[in-house]
Amino acid sequence: MATVDPVLRVDGLTLAFGGVKALNGVGFEVMPGSITTVIGPNGAGKTSLFNTISGFYRPVAGRVEFEGQDITRLPAPQRARLGLARSFQNIALFRGMSVLDNIKLGRHCQLKTNIFQSLFYLGAARREEMELRADIEARIIDFLEIDHIRHAPVASLSYGLQKRVEMARALAMQPRVLMLDEPVAGMNREETEDMARFILDVNAEWGVTVLMVEHDMGLVMDLSDHVVVLNFGQVIAQGKPQEVQSNPEVVRAYLGSGDVSELRERLRTGRARASGAAADNGLQPGASAGGGTPPLSEVA
Amino acid sequence: MRIATAKESYLQDEALFDSRTQRVWAALLGLALIAYPFMANDYWLYLACLVAINVASATGLNILTGYTGLVSLGQAAFMGLGAYTVAVMEHHVGGFFLLNLLAAGVVAMAGGIVVGIPSLRVKGLYLAIVTIAASFLAHFLFVNSGFTGGTGGMTVPPAQVAGVALDTSFRIYWLIVPVTVLMVLGAANLFRTRIGRAFIAIRDRDISAEVLGIPLLRYKLLSFGLSSFYAGVAGGLWAYFFRVVTPESFPLIMSIFFLAAIIVGGMGTILGGILGAIFMTMVPEVLRILVGLLPVSGDTLQFVSPVRTIVFGLLIVGFLIFEPHGLAEVWRRIRRFFHLWPFRN
Amino acid sequence: MDWLFLFEVVLAGIGAGGLYALAGLAFVIIYKATQVVNLAIGEMLMLGAYAFFAFAAGMQWPIPVAIMAAIAVCAVLGGVVERLAIRPMLGESPISVFMVTVGLGSIMVGLVELIWSADQRRLPEFIPNEPIFLGEAFISPKIFYSFLVAVVLVAISLAVFRWWRGGVALRATASDQGAAYAMGINVPRVFSLAWIVAAALSAVAGIAVGAIGGVSSSMGIFGLSVLVVVIVGGLDSVLGALLAGLLIGVLEALAGAYLGGEFKLLITFLVLVAVLMVRPYGLFGTREIERL
Repeated sequence: MATVDPVLRVDGLTLAFGGVKALNGVGFEVMPGSITTVIGPNGAGKTSLFNTISGFYRPVAGRVEFEGQDITRLPAPQRARLGLARSFQNIALFRGMSVLDNIKLGRHCQLKTNIFQSLFYLGAARREEMELRADIEARIIDFLEIDHIRHAPVASLSYGLQKRVEMARALAMQPRVLMLDEPVAGMNREETEDMARFILDVNAEWGVTVLMVEHDMGLVMDLSDHVVVLNFGQVIAQGKPQEVQSNPEVVRAYLGSGDVSELRERLRTGRARASGAAADNGLQPGASAGGGTPPLSEVA
Repeated sequence: MRIATAKESYLQDEALFDSRTQRVWAALLGLALIAYPFMANDYWLYLACLVAINVASATGLNILTGYTGLVSLGQAAFMGLGAYTVAVMEHHVGGFFLLNLLAAGVVAMAGGIVVGIPSLRVKGLYLAIVTIAASFLAHFLFVNSGFTGGTGGMTVPPAQVAGVALDTSFRIYWLIVPVTVLMVLGAANLFRTRIGRAFIAIRDRDISAEVLGIPLLRYKLLSFGLSSFYAGVAGGLWAYFFRVVTPESFPLIMSIFFLAAIIVGGMGTILGGILGAIFMTMVPEVLRILVGLLPVSGDTLQFVSPVRTIVFGLLIVGFLIFEPHGLAEVWRRIRRFFHLWPFRN
Repeated sequence: MDWLFLFEVVLAGIGAGGLYALAGLAFVIIYKATQVVNLAIGEMLMLGAYAFFAFAAGMQWPIPVAIMAAIAVCAVLGGVVERLAIRPMLGESPISVFMVTVGLGSIMVGLVELIWSADQRRLPEFIPNEPIFLGEAFISPKIFYSFLVAVVLVAISLAVFRWWRGGVALRATASDQGAAYAMGINVPRVFSLAWIVAAALSAVAGIAVGAIGGVSSSMGIFGLSVLVVVIVGGLDSVLGALLAGLLIGVLEALAGAYLGGEFKLLITFLVLVAVLMVRPYGLFGTREIERL
């Protein structure tokens, strides 16, 4: 099999705020057409990582490469033009505009009308706007099933719908890599399933590479081709979802320091002691847990 | 939702006047504007011209403050730049008045771009105060630069069209109103395209705008430049209208007047700029009539000015507290009432 | 180089700077408590001066009583303004609140013009007349005594904020009203108190400014220099207001003496732009951090 070049590569990335190292030598690769997820406990540096890749933070060391090009020093607006799109943890839609206008803004840097054409409108500007509208309607609005709210002001939409509009806007950028920062945070079961379906469709039908940060382990395990685990600003494990799941380092990161089996022993004896005391009062002892490291899905 | 306004094409949906009733009203308005000068007396013609100039300037300020979110208290200073440009060009160059107006816009635009340079680092209120500083700098220049006539100012000869001097309100109406209409239409068009959307994006969340590829400084400068171009042209029209330009013609209080106009009218809507300018221009006139009607003996005229100042402040405070989206929102509510009638909601 | 003249100009500047610091203090108290940028600070000074004028010249009250009454009236007005115009704007964008203060300033100017007309008036003389000398340098007695009063008030405020636990409460209400409520801080009372105290302080400054230069309805222009002072010093820093006030006072005095009166405000604004370009939040101001 021929080697494929990664579409996004992070190498030795170190980010410091004063004396605190938010990222410490982070390195991984994102393969084209894959869905890669970055996981880790709170404060691990996931959003800092995203912000550095987007261009809002300047790393003190390391590089970010996009399609082979070194973009470490490139300002954020220019990274967008290369095809790097991103959504935010807290919804970053433009509240003063309708859904349609928000989505159209995604295409901004690829449109061409200048100020004079805009003021006059008839002619070049109108043509471009109509093409844009037709394209968005056909490919994005239909795809994400938001045609019923296209003129609605985004401030009036539910949280789930707003997240969907944010994805629509990111898609309008026609990105090569789509970075999603906690795309299903705060969603219920149904909204999460819808979003998962959209992410899969975007990846399969549009060929967009997805890089996400997520906490929902079910989603991560189901969707990801590749998982990168961050803790205290360092990559502690990466690989296929199953590999990462049973990695003791990863489990320890989520549970805290200390041997897990030791913790289980403590829990078991603690329960036995408690049930012993309870048995004196006529209560049944609880079932003891099995040995070995538990799979990650039970823990998270 | 309005009845019988389903759109059948995207073109229809995106149009400026997107239903037949709207187009009919627009046509009627156009006819009214054409017929007006023939039916109005001198005083009302004077008012119409003044209102039009204010509408043009308010629309410019709305682009910068209402749509892009950059609060500016320098609109009057940019108008002054435009007015003085016209005066200087008439005195030293002569030439076609439309060219002078264009030059007025360009000079003011240059000033606006210079003032906008700090806007990347300096945010919000701090930027507003920088614009106050710019106003003072402009005033200083008007008084002290060699060719602007010092504290006495300059007179402006009337604009000439094919040998006809535009020296009455009737004649200059035909210059001021069409220029204003074009400027307002231009602004309305702007916000149907990518550049206008980018302005709003910068106002709402500039970090997201950057993520989408919008270079902040360039667009902020564009907004400053465009809005001060509008101010410059309005100032040039002002010069041809009043025919005298002095350093005191464009004080800080006038910038506050325009800011009040877009607050009262409704920031971030084209209609808001229009309504606000009309309202704020007419209020002093209405006041003058009212004060004249009061059963107070003696010369009541001396009370007009302070009362006007008080009402001015009350309008700003009142609208901000009770109707922050301005007259445009009131208008929308009235329209909704009529669209839905006889239903209530 | 006339060193004596330079020294006198600098002294006069320091004296004026004290008044800037006092007015700046009033501004900072409002900002510290309510996060409101009060553009009407100059007009509040004006009201204090005119209130004193009304009591001392109009009603012929003895000077100390007139001063007390003017301060009291302004304090009450400050509380009323807060309750009627600032409290309803709680939670609105800072720009809207800023515009409300602009509107308030306009109302104040209009009221003054309505009652007293726009003409300039002189306040009754009450400051001792004997010239003060520092070595050979002459200091105007009005400026000297105003400076003393101003510095004393600023020093008291500095001490109060340093040692009184209410100083922390003040900052708490400004940054997060909900949390402050939860801590048992009476937020509305803090707001009212801040505006009342600030109004009283600006009344004192106004009387001093009026005594020095007369009163008129355009006195509010003083507020623009005060605005520069607090921006340079940092919107929420009392110490910054003091230092920046003295600095701006001296710079303006130098500009006025060596370049001409019309250069004073120009220099002030140039300083403003220069400072903001280097430090967009003022010299001592706290930087706002946006969470991405």
